[in-house]
Amino acid sequence: MPEALSAPLVVEFPFTRSLGPVQSAFLTGLRERTVLGVRTAGGKVLVPPVEYDPVTAEEIRELTEVAATGTVTTWAWNPAPRPAQPLATPFAWVLVRLDGADTALLHALAAPGPETVRTGMRVRIRWAAERTGAITDIACFEPYDGEETGRPAPHDGVFTDPVTGIVTPARLDYRYTPGRAQSAYLDALSRQRIVGERCPSCHKVYVPPRGACPTCGVATTERVEVGPRGTVTTFCIVNIKAKNLDMDVPYVYAHIALDGADLALHARIGGIPYDQVRMGLRVEPVWTEGGRHPDHYRPTGEPDADYDAYKELL
Amino acid sequence: MRDVAIVAFAQTDHLRHTDELSEVEMLMPVLHRVLDATGLRTSDIGFTCSGSSDYLAGRAFSFTMALDGVGAYPPISESHVEMDGAWALYEAWVKIQTGQADTALVYSYGKSSPGTVRDVLTRQLDPYYLGPLWPDSVALAALQAQALIDAGDTDEAALAEIAHRSRTAAADNPHAQVGGPVPAGDYVVRPLRTGDCPPVGDGAAAVILAAGDTARALCPRPAWIRGIDHRIEAHGLGVRELTESPSTRLAATRAGLFRRPVDTAELHAPFTSQEVVLRKALGLDDSVNVNPSGGALAANPVMAAGLIRLGEAAARIHRGESDRALAHATSGPCLQQNLVAVLEGESAHV
Repeated sequence: MPEALSAPLVVEFPFTRSLGPVQSAFLTGLRERTVLGVRTAGGKVLVPPVEYDPVTAEEIRELTEVAATGTVTTWAWNPAPRPAQPLATPFAWVLVRLDGADTALLHALAAPGPETVRTGMRVRIRWAAERTGAITDIACFEPYDGEETGRPAPHDGVFTDPVTGIVTPARLDYRYTPGRAQSAYLDALSRQRIVGERCPSCHKVYVPPRGACPTCGVATTERVEVGPRGTVTTFCIVNIKAKNLDMDVPYVYAHIALDGADLALHARIGGIPYDQVRMGLRVEPVWTEGGRHPDHYRPTGEPDADYDAYKELL
Repeated sequence: MRDVAIVAFAQTDHLRHTDELSEVEMLMPVLHRVLDATGLRTSDIGFTCSGSSDYLAGRAFSFTMALDGVGAYPPISESHVEMDGAWALYEAWVKIQTGQADTALVYSYGKSSPGTVRDVLTRQLDPYYLGPLWPDSVALAALQAQALIDAGDTDEAALAEIAHRSRTAAADNPHAQVGGPVPAGDYVVRPLRTGDCPPVGDGAAAVILAAGDTARALCPRPAWIRGIDHRIEAHGLGVRELTESPSTRLAATRAGLFRRPVDTAELHAPFTSQEVVLRKALGLDDSVNVNPSGGALAANPVMAAGLIRLGEAAARIHRGESDRALAHATSGPCLQQNLVAVLEGESAHV
């Protein structure tokens, strides 16, 4: 049995999200160095503001401006910042109740060390030099030696060129491990052999194997070499060029039942004009130098397979 | 209401890495064990429900491939939640209550080893105000822990004692990832040290639910679900009182916890400080055996650790070691959402 394979895998996606009226005013306000909260029917000022009362679910729209100074309600010292966190050097995570607000905002506090941070300490916003209308327009908080300032003031939430959406990039890094069955399959492929696994219960041979028979729910363990020749069971003609794919259209993509397999796999058909590919066509894999899998399948020249020979695999 | 019981439970050994196994390869043995324990086949199961998250291993639609391990042909009645399996169990319990099924297979799995779970879990947060700051799961738990210390509810020594008690109990749990005491260690995010945090690892679990006489036929001493409820709090951390868990309290009330004392509690508290919050909310005193399995501090396969609390509590009833047990599961940052179930052995129900 080969070693379990592994490879780096990056999952990266920019989420584009629209903002409601309250979130839009809040994030636009940050761009303009103005912090807005929203007042509930019960008179509480929520910062950061939400569009619905977290207690009553009532729609809330009454904006109010609060101070850029506040008080730490709890904190946690982060000795080893992780990628994409607000500060690259050790900092404190803080919940800060801004002056005029009744709830707390999560952010980072720049401080020389944990001994300088305590619940109840006074802090103020350090604004980012470049602001776009995002929570990161607050670069972080910093210690502030000043008393709590005045009461919240009504604000109409109107700004020129309001921010109506945000794009938040997200990247997660993984080390992908395909597991026992797929590692064995990939290992065999690297030697230009195609190896499936047989179900001990229904005796079907699955290619590629996934480790379990989806019909019987039992582990497939007996390895079975299949092909290399097979039969086109069904196909389609691709007429639209895929992005970043260096391949002329039209071309044929087909389901191929390899000899000895009970499940068709799919691959491109080459070496034959696209309009001559047919169900029952006998094909074989074409390997390219250094390729990890067959580049495509081409006709073998054998007579076509009889429909009854592959109808169960359609 | 129909009487519904947990009649079988199985879990994997929880490991830091399972590189040689795909998710379905990791899961399949526990599915077979619960089926073997009851003598049921897939075709006998009325409803199948699972809980998992593709973000953990970065493998899209892994839950559909996990179904290969069930043997879902001819087509079965099936559902999935992108949550801990405890919530899959809740859905299955509701399904049985509707009368549409008499038995259910519930499973969940989590493979955290391929990714960095602290970062992965930031993607479940509010994407406007929290997500862009990437506050990791330990950081958020540490903010809650400091709030508890400030309120006088605990201190670092008391947290270390919770860690010690949990890992000592886990020495008797053959499935635990961490069995036996571990050093308190350095701060991960102060005030939480390595000893206050759960191990990162991979694992899976499965249970079978059955109603009424079916349950009695499948299991000598079914663990009857006398009450089950789950409640959620606001997503804004700054809106919540982090030293309290009103959602746990309300779920426990509705599950009937406070009608009679329990002898055992399996709490899903991945961080030591969260046990402090839960004990307060649930009113647990020293008469209750809390986390005899070692809890999530001994093994925390994300998405399965909550279902395992239900399974561990049920298994103690199956073995006659408990008559009335509480099982709890949590989801989201700082105990945002909580599920409470009260389980009883037959003789305890008068």
